[in-house]
Amino acid sequence: MAEYLFGFAFLAYAAAAIAYAGDARRPGPAGRVATWGVRLGWVLHTGLLADQAARADGFPWTSWAGSLSLFVWLVVSVYLVWGCRSRYRLLGLAVLPVAAVLLAVARLGGGTGAGRRSGYSTGFLIVHVGLLSFAFAAFTLSAALSALYLWQERRLKSHRPAVLLGRTPSLLTLDALTGRTIAVALPALTAGIVAGFIRLGSDGGTVDALMAVTLGAWAVYGSYLVLHYEAGWHGRRAAYLALAGFALVAVARLGLQVSHFS
Amino acid sequence: MSGLALVGLSHRGTPVAVRERAFVPLPQAAELAAELAAGGEAVCLSTCNRTELYVVGEDGEARAIAALQSLSGLPAGRLSAVVYRLADEAAGLHLFRVAAGLDSLVPGEGEILGQVRTAFEAGTTGPVLDRLFRQALHAGKKVRAETAIAESPSSVSSAAAALAQQVFGELDGCRVLLVGAGHIAELSARSLATRGATIAFVANRSVQHAAELAGRFGAEGIDLAAAAGALAAVDVVVSSTGSPGHVLSRADVEDALRSRKGRPLFLIDLAVPRDLDPAIHELDACYLYDIDDLESVVASSLAGRRREAARAEAIVAEEAEGFREWLASREVVPAIASLRAWAEEIRSSELARARGRLGLSETQEEAVESITAQIVNKLLHPPTVRLKEAAAGADGGSYAQAVRHLFGLGDADA
Repeated sequence: MAEYLFGFAFLAYAAAAIAYAGDARRPGPAGRVATWGVRLGWVLHTGLLADQAARADGFPWTSWAGSLSLFVWLVVSVYLVWGCRSRYRLLGLAVLPVAAVLLAVARLGGGTGAGRRSGYSTGFLIVHVGLLSFAFAAFTLSAALSALYLWQERRLKSHRPAVLLGRTPSLLTLDALTGRTIAVALPALTAGIVAGFIRLGSDGGTVDALMAVTLGAWAVYGSYLVLHYEAGWHGRRAAYLALAGFALVAVARLGLQVSHFS
Repeated sequence: MSGLALVGLSHRGTPVAVRERAFVPLPQAAELAAELAAGGEAVCLSTCNRTELYVVGEDGEARAIAALQSLSGLPAGRLSAVVYRLADEAAGLHLFRVAAGLDSLVPGEGEILGQVRTAFEAGTTGPVLDRLFRQALHAGKKVRAETAIAESPSSVSSAAAALAQQVFGELDGCRVLLVGAGHIAELSARSLATRGATIAFVANRSVQHAAELAGRFGAEGIDLAAAAGALAAVDVVVSSTGSPGHVLSRADVEDALRSRKGRPLFLIDLAVPRDLDPAIHELDACYLYDIDDLESVVASSLAGRRREAARAEAIVAEEAEGFREWLASREVVPAIASLRAWAEEIRSSELARARGRLGLSETQEEAVESITAQIVNKLLHPPTVRLKEAAAGADGGSYAQAVRHLFGLGDADA
């Protein structure tokens, strides 16, 4: 069952990614195919996670690969909230290929199986891993929005004659959405980190590389929010800062293939 | 066939001097349609680019030509050189292309769809023109929804407004400073205002002229020297003065940016020589477009529209095929209905005669009723299908006539 769910979810994400590429070349029916591909892939991926949860003894996504699959699902979930609108289809071109590849990586790493029982309580894992994964997923989306902002800004600055061809969100919309996404994700990251430190305090232990990089990301995104909403940092500078934060998220999520719980 | 005739003249081949004479304002268009219909159907579609008369009924084409001749005041010889005449599905396809904007001067322009709707509503319609215009409006909407033909601007002022939307999204709440109070400034202001922007200031050397234009938009007229001071309070600047040098410098904009808290500033320079220092574009969150930039955007956008036109043609052809099939089926539907009515009449009368002789029970009667109905249906199924197939081709009329003749069904009009 899990094999089929993974296979079809992967195919749906991959098909959506290809359809998004087609839509970028020529807007039209390919965009609708892409949207339905994302929805179908998300439903199948949800089924895969439900199947894992049903078969697992406890929280099944504690391994690096397992949490990667959960992370991909959360990225697509956040994307689905508003990403299917025609103006955001270019964002799908950035998100869906990455989602398909990461899901395949999670599968190769054994992250779509039942997982092993962790020594930590399921409640703690849901709060800690769940909140951190949600925050990382939202930061990934905010990075895609920032990249789209920089691309759109460059088009407008370069005076390209074809600047009006294709549907893209406005600069102000992208800037505001990036800010809001980070504003929602940072409290989740903070709560996840606090839960981790409470546990660390009670069990004893030291700060490892994964924790250090995550704390660095928290500092960058915290600075982003202060500068964006208090000091009027908008536009290009804010987009670069969001991308800098995402670089740390990528290191934490992909660069360090470790987990504290497996 | 249906007797649908189209007679018209348009920007393709008819000079504006003739088109303006043939133009029919809406109230008169309704009267003309009622007059032309004469018991049938008629619609008069008249815009600045075309006057077309769609008529269904006896001598529709001749009556439409006479009307067009009277409108244009052209002698018959000259009129026939510029007028086009189309019938049945060709007339239908033409209207579909018109509604989709494919026959417009600027491919995909949006105004024509509303004009087709208005003409339809003012027309004297019946089954044919009602179906034709509804389907044409549907095709026009479908083309705009499924292709990008209407998405890009076709004039400098609309390109400027569309670029501002790329920066700000919806222009509701965006404040505009007009530098210069001439005709070009007014055109740009209208284009921005129709998209929701608020014209806040009009700056001009003559404050009186500034106040006049500002009054039309509920804005404030200010002296040209005060324009730099207004930059902090606006989002879009449109400049079109006749000044020989720069009206706003990079330093002016840099000063204003300090108080804008990162909010972008979009500047449009429509003047030659340029009013705005080109170095402004180098500033972060500042987007400056001059007339050359805008013209190249328009040229690219028109090229894009022409590329999309090929896709639009395919959609229109598909929709027009649907209309053609409907038109063709109208020829055979009465014959099919007559044939079935004739067969049913025979079946029920024979059954009624036999009922007394057979002395059947209620259940047996129901069975016989059902069997005879099935026999009739099975017998009529192949000719019904063949007739519909013939209608989809070009032989519908002759097949319908043959059926009427063979079964003695009488004339279609009887």
